[in-house]
Amino acid sequence: MSALDSLYRSSRARVIIGFAVAAVLLFGVAPATMSTFRLGLLGKFLCLAMVAVGIGLAWGRGGMLTLGQGVFFGLGAYMMAMHLKLADAAQVEGSGGVPDFMLLYGSGVVPGWWEPFRSPVVTVLAILVVPAGVAALLGFAVFTRRVRGAYFAILSQALAAAFAILLIGQQATTGGTNGLNGFRSFFGYDLADPVNKRMLFFIAAGALLVMVAIARQLMVSRFGELLVATRDQEDRVRFLGYDPAKIKVVAYAVAALMASVGGALFVPIVGIVSPADVGVVPSIGFLIGVAIGGRATLLGPVLGSIAVSWAQTSLSEQFPSGWIYAQGALFILVVAFLPGGLAELFTRWRRSRRTPVPDDGTATGDGGDPGDGPGPDESADITGPAYSGRTS
Amino acid sequence: MTPSRATNRLAPAAALVVLALTLTACGAKTESGEEAGASGAAESCVDTSGDTVKIGFLNSLSGTMAISEQTVHDSLELAAEEINADGGVLGKQLEIVSEDGQSEPTVFAEKAEKLITSDCTAAVFGGWTSASRKAMLPVFEAQDSLLFYPVQYEGLEASPNIFYTGATTNQQIVPALDYLKEQGTESIFLVGSDYVFPRTANKIINAYAEANGMEVLGEEYAPLGHTDFSTIVNKVKAADADAVFNTLNGDSNVAFFKEYKNAGLGPDDMPVVSVSIAEEEVGGIGVDNVEGQLTAWNYYQTIDSPENDTFVEAFKAKYGDDRVTSDPMEAAYTSLYLWKGMVEKGESFDVADVQEAADGVTFDAPEGSVTVNGDNHHIAKTALVGKIGSDGLIHTEWSSGEPIEPDPFLEGYDWAEGLS
Repeated sequence: MSALDSLYRSSRARVIIGFAVAAVLLFGVAPATMSTFRLGLLGKFLCLAMVAVGIGLAWGRGGMLTLGQGVFFGLGAYMMAMHLKLADAAQVEGSGGVPDFMLLYGSGVVPGWWEPFRSPVVTVLAILVVPAGVAALLGFAVFTRRVRGAYFAILSQALAAAFAILLIGQQATTGGTNGLNGFRSFFGYDLADPVNKRMLFFIAAGALLVMVAIARQLMVSRFGELLVATRDQEDRVRFLGYDPAKIKVVAYAVAALMASVGGALFVPIVGIVSPADVGVVPSIGFLIGVAIGGRATLLGPVLGSIAVSWAQTSLSEQFPSGWIYAQGALFILVVAFLPGGLAELFTRWRRSRRTPVPDDGTATGDGGDPGDGPGPDESADITGPAYSGRTS
Repeated sequence: MTPSRATNRLAPAAALVVLALTLTACGAKTESGEEAGASGAAESCVDTSGDTVKIGFLNSLSGTMAISEQTVHDSLELAAEEINADGGVLGKQLEIVSEDGQSEPTVFAEKAEKLITSDCTAAVFGGWTSASRKAMLPVFEAQDSLLFYPVQYEGLEASPNIFYTGATTNQQIVPALDYLKEQGTESIFLVGSDYVFPRTANKIINAYAEANGMEVLGEEYAPLGHTDFSTIVNKVKAADADAVFNTLNGDSNVAFFKEYKNAGLGPDDMPVVSVSIAEEEVGGIGVDNVEGQLTAWNYYQTIDSPENDTFVEAFKAKYGDDRVTSDPMEAAYTSLYLWKGMVEKGESFDVADVQEAADGVTFDAPEGSVTVNGDNHHIAKTALVGKIGSDGLIHTEWSSGEPIEPDPFLEGYDWAEGLS
């Protein structure tokens, strides 16, 4: 264990330095050098990166191909948007506290399920609890039945599609395709004020750093080891006496929580949420950055997501109609030649610099596709302390 | 894995959050929503000191809406070219900054802010879907800039920072219903895509029908992009209404009209009045499938006037003989000339001066004379009902005769009370 321990120590120093650098960049350099508009854009990218951190955990470490994170992103975003709409309406005289779009397109009466979101406390709690709860329930139903691989991916994607269709159909209460927009204040702070826009950026930056810290914490913990083990050999984990379903549910719920917070902060920063932000296409969009950056690593998903968003914006400004080809080409290149993402390049480069002693202990992404290979000779491997995993 | 390590590791992150919150707890609080918007507005950075002035074109050049919005982009470029060749606006040449809205509302909001704050454009022209307009509206209001929106829409909106050069409901849907009533239509069936325009339009149609003794025999919605219309067409057939009012958008029209024809229905026994099919779409649907059906717009390529002849000729000369001109393209073309008129009347590119000068600005547009209403920022337009001909063009069947004053909230109609 001592070799592992020293490695752990050095990586711990690296982590602290990494966080310090990120903090200086986000809290010092970015606000000093960027215009309010660019800072807002970066804030939006940070929100998308939060979703990516969760996907890195669930997909990269846990092997669950989550094609439907738009649902949790959307839940967080819509709950925040509902609160902002109600708070704005309360300040407009003569509206009776009813949001503008309901007066125009709906019945002019706030539906019962909107009412709790008048309270900022309930809203924040709901953003933290509801999506994670939904994910836990769903995960529990799905993973205990041992649904995995492509079936899980299809299921999660269908959920995203259904969620978007539901939102579109309920125009009177969800704003339909228009979504919810036109927010003026954020918990009492004027959203048009550049100072408040910077505050939102700082909140997003802080939230992202906290999430990366949580993700790292989970990755190096015993739980993280189990998660990777479940990804690579679910049956063996079960034979060792652990319940893989529970492990996956936790990772899935944490990913949902991260997506939800990202969505909730996306709303005041971008100023709109609509079904176009939560359906199948954006859900796949979240994955692209994760895959390009390197899904199994800690920083790959975050940096990949930010880089892809940034490239998309700047390319589309330079070549208004050609940017999409560049994104597609990059994705194909990565999938075909670097299945571990760009992080794999970094790992290869570092390995080539070192003496050719293989370091199996590192937690850096192996990149290899865990796949759903058939469990080989499990019977020979049942050496676990207890064989308590109930099979049904 | 000891607990102390865990706290150590989380400490820097926690400290940062605290830092973030203390650093920033000094922004303006909102007292009353109305005032706050103005106080927080950014100073305009529009540069009018040189020989040029920047304007922004914001259309979807990629994504599902690109096929429609590219045509608007083309006609905006034509208008800018003509204005520049004619000496520009207040002697300044127009410098165009184009951005791609990517068919996504959030991107429209992002690019609008970029055009206003980074490129410092004096005005922005574009948008198509209601969702994109709703996404841009708060940006233009917060930055106090101007948007010219060229597409017919569902009304119920009047922002001081937007000029609406397409029709509102009382210039397209209500006249179309008047026409149907004149023709003796007693029952109608409503078919639409599931989004804000068809739903609002159908709300208005229901109110109109109730007040005018018309019967609505059914109301069916299909998701945007839906292409299986056998069920809906069967319901339409079974209902046997006098006419169908169609607010489907995009690809769905192709499938709907094919199915409609397959079911043995046609313009003679049950005509379809469409409000989202223009010359550009007729080619896509196939003339065979829609020949003889009706549309309601404010402009057709076949309008016989010197202004339209010049417009169509110039457009074909620039983009090719096979191209057609349509209502949104004409409204976009007109919007640039109207902005020019406002700027020249107010002798300033300043937003407040343009808003001040807007009332009563007229332009002899290809569709006929149009006049800006300074109160609601819409324009008075002549309503037309046309029949799709075998040549793929639309020929005027009925006209309101004179421009109809815009009434986005339908305040002048007793039956519309309670709609807005």
